[in-house]
Amino acid sequence: MKLEIRGLTKRFGSFTANDGIDLAIEPGEIHCLLGENGAGKSTLMNMLYGLLDPTEGEILVDGEPVTFASPSDAIAAGIGMVHQHFMLVPVFTVAENVMLGREQTRGAGVLNRKAAADRVRELSQEHGLRVEPDRLVEDLPVGVQQRVEILKALANDAKVLILDEPTAVLTPQEIDELMRIMRDLKARGTSIIFITHKLREVKAVGDRISVIRRGKVVGTASPDASEAELAEMMVGRSVQLRVDKPQAEVGEAVLSVEGMTVVDPRGHQVVKDVSFEAHAGEVLGIAGVQGNGQTELIKALMGLVKPDAGTVRLDGRDITKQGPRKSLAAGIGYIPEDRSHDGYVGTFSVRENLVLDLYRNAEFSRGGALALEAIARNATHRIDEFDIRTESAETPVSALSGGNQQKVVVAREFSRPLKVLIASQPTRGVDVGSIEFIHKRIVAERDQGTAVIIVSTELDEIYALSDRIAVMYDGRIAGVVGPDIPREEIGLLMAGAGPGVAAPAGEEATHE
Amino acid sequence: MSALVEAPPTQDVPQVRDRADVARQIRLVVVFGLALVLLLWMTLDIKDPNVTYLLTEKRSKDSPPKPLDGTWVSWITVAISAVALVLAAVNRYPRRWLGGILSLVVGLSFYAGFLMWAYADQEGFAASIANPLPGTVRIAAPIVLGALAGCLCERAGVINIAIEGQFLMGAFFASVAASLAYSAEMGLVGGIVAGVLMASLLGVFALRYQMNQVVLGVVLVALATGLTTFLAGQIPTDPAVKQYFNDPPILKPISIPGLADIPVIGPALFQQNLLIYVMYGSVVLVTFLLFQTRWGLRVRSVGEHPKAADTVGINVNRVRWQAVLLGGVFAGLGGALYTVGSTGAFDRDASAGTGFIALAAVIMGRWHPVGATFAGVFFGFMWNLQNQLSFAGKLPTELLGAAPYLATIVAVAGFVGRVRPPAADGEPYVKG
Repeated sequence: MKLEIRGLTKRFGSFTANDGIDLAIEPGEIHCLLGENGAGKSTLMNMLYGLLDPTEGEILVDGEPVTFASPSDAIAAGIGMVHQHFMLVPVFTVAENVMLGREQTRGAGVLNRKAAADRVRELSQEHGLRVEPDRLVEDLPVGVQQRVEILKALANDAKVLILDEPTAVLTPQEIDELMRIMRDLKARGTSIIFITHKLREVKAVGDRISVIRRGKVVGTASPDASEAELAEMMVGRSVQLRVDKPQAEVGEAVLSVEGMTVVDPRGHQVVKDVSFEAHAGEVLGIAGVQGNGQTELIKALMGLVKPDAGTVRLDGRDITKQGPRKSLAAGIGYIPEDRSHDGYVGTFSVRENLVLDLYRNAEFSRGGALALEAIARNATHRIDEFDIRTESAETPVSALSGGNQQKVVVAREFSRPLKVLIASQPTRGVDVGSIEFIHKRIVAERDQGTAVIIVSTELDEIYALSDRIAVMYDGRIAGVVGPDIPREEIGLLMAGAGPGVAAPAGEEATHE
Repeated sequence: MSALVEAPPTQDVPQVRDRADVARQIRLVVVFGLALVLLLWMTLDIKDPNVTYLLTEKRSKDSPPKPLDGTWVSWITVAISAVALVLAAVNRYPRRWLGGILSLVVGLSFYAGFLMWAYADQEGFAASIANPLPGTVRIAAPIVLGALAGCLCERAGVINIAIEGQFLMGAFFASVAASLAYSAEMGLVGGIVAGVLMASLLGVFALRYQMNQVVLGVVLVALATGLTTFLAGQIPTDPAVKQYFNDPPILKPISIPGLADIPVIGPALFQQNLLIYVMYGSVVLVTFLLFQTRWGLRVRSVGEHPKAADTVGINVNRVRWQAVLLGGVFAGLGGALYTVGSTGAFDRDASAGTGFIALAAVIMGRWHPVGATFAGVFFGFMWNLQNQLSFAGKLPTELLGAAPYLATIVAVAGFVGRVRPPAADGEPYVKG
């Protein structure tokens, strides 16, 4: 099946998300769509899948114009999609998720769960996608959930499969597995639209590459193009892919964690007996796949959750039970992983957000009244210093782009003297320009002698910043390694295989 | 692996006691400790331990009250709760089904001990301990039907606070329809129509206009209260006129041959009117619909993850509409129980807040029709107990009147604890 898009445009009010996009997907090719966060890739795909109506332009299947009023039209036309945020019902089994919408029945609308499970087994055999049909989706690791999503599309006889940022949640080994699956599907004649912002993956698996910037296709490239060329097309200017960073001058241990264990409300141990030290003038990277205890570890460090065992010491003083307010005052800077939830108040202005944890300082308030002038001066200064692109200091933070929202958080945390900086996913959903900027500031903070802890699920970020890497798996620190460790080895640690132990063939099965 | 500077720790789980486990032990010790203290006090408080009991609900020639010496019953109940307390204190209280059974035994023994105390030392005319089951079923039936409506709505992601309103409208229009047609069965049709009408109001505002569903529910209850009171007030009290509007025939009890002859439970469960049997069937039907059919799978998917349902081509709002309207059928039938299913004519505020108890039953039953049924039966039991105890006169009636509501709060807060509602409960679905 050949899929063509001609002049597809989508406007939301005055904002143009997609502007006259032309694309042609040939049968049996892997077509990569490369673009930054917010470039308009997902909007385009949602139009292809019937979730959004195009403002202008047309979609052609085998030369015939089609309109997709809903996803069922798109599915009927042979389009399948694996969404960035999985569209799976967590409390349903794999078979129930695969059958949903096109249920096998025994007549009279009574479900035939056995037939559904058999169909899942059949498909998973055929495509080499191992899943157990009767497991609840919420109990599966994300890599397996993604396989379920792919099976869902295949169960509907998808001829064109859209994969929207599929590698964001996977370990390096799982990414290799996904690429094997993609090549396998291609060999059977399925076309794949592969959406990503990771250059290495595009080069590894793509047949053709279309680059999207600010809602427009700005060019096509072949996978032979260099990473630097691709990055330049994607961002619109030359990009420095590596962070310049001098040799670290490692000092004393500032923050030390000993025997930290956290039990979540459901009674699972999510952090298990974790101990480490963060030294002044050094970046400690905490790598690992999402959901291996990093979130809870950081919350426990900040005093946002009470650890069930273990201690946190700052300069030798026990701060385990003192709570976030005192920790912040004691010189811990905190960039939370979900900025819109924990980092800023969206309806507050940039000016107010810049003093969100500083307003108690004598500089910004006196006797219960805010010193509005000082706050305004601070805002002007920080907006300038951190290059925050905003209309004015009064603009609500929610109106800013992701990168600038994050700069507001970073600017605030960097505006007091720090002993320790804890940054969780500091560049998630942030454009390349802002990533460069934030990385530079983090390295500068390190060089001033701050102990920096970076939590990231992006290995590129871990490699770019860390002087030492701790890998978390299943709530533990699976190993602490130097920054020159090869990707494959760190991948094994992230997947729970101990060092020196090669991953056995059925490795995932043991962790499912 | 030269880069490796530290070996990974061994794989045993750190020895930390789960906080939930500690909380459970504390809860058990407090509850059993309280039970033991109360039972001990009640046992010692009894001066004349002789009580009388009946196996039927009411005294009759066939079932005269039989005497019973309560002393040994009281002391056994004390012993049972003492054993449970010791088990909990040394953290050896069984888990899973064995723990459930033991808790049930402790609960029943507390009930028995309490009855001995409440019926002991009566002066003058002595009330007898009577079979609680028939009253329980009668009171629980509308709560169960309302809870089924709640389960259907909330499983589909629509919060239905308006069950009480559906009850009132169902009760009123069941009475009117039955009076007009001079047929109690026609009352069921009237109840269904009124329940579905209320459900469609819920649907229009919650699904079409995406109003806040909690506020909407409260408003609908107020509307139903006002409307039914007003309309009932417009019907003249002159019997010649009233008989055509609000003086319906009542559903007759139907005895199921064989089953009705089982002692104690037979008359309670199988000598009831048509609507009670409809209620039994509804529980089975709704459970089957939700968990074994294509429609049920879709209902649950739009309540848990509407976007996922949308991406496989399910029309989210259409499925929600269907679930809300079907819920209206059961809630309307529940309302009909308050008129044609029991006393006949509609009186203002006929359902007396039980719609909200049905809502609590949905939560206590963890959004499962069978669980909600058991919760409804529990509330019915508490209500019936309050009714029966008011004859014994040991506790002040005002306190007794509050007891079922108090039990609701304690049950929902204390024993159910944190439960997980359907993930998209109460969230309107907007495409895109």
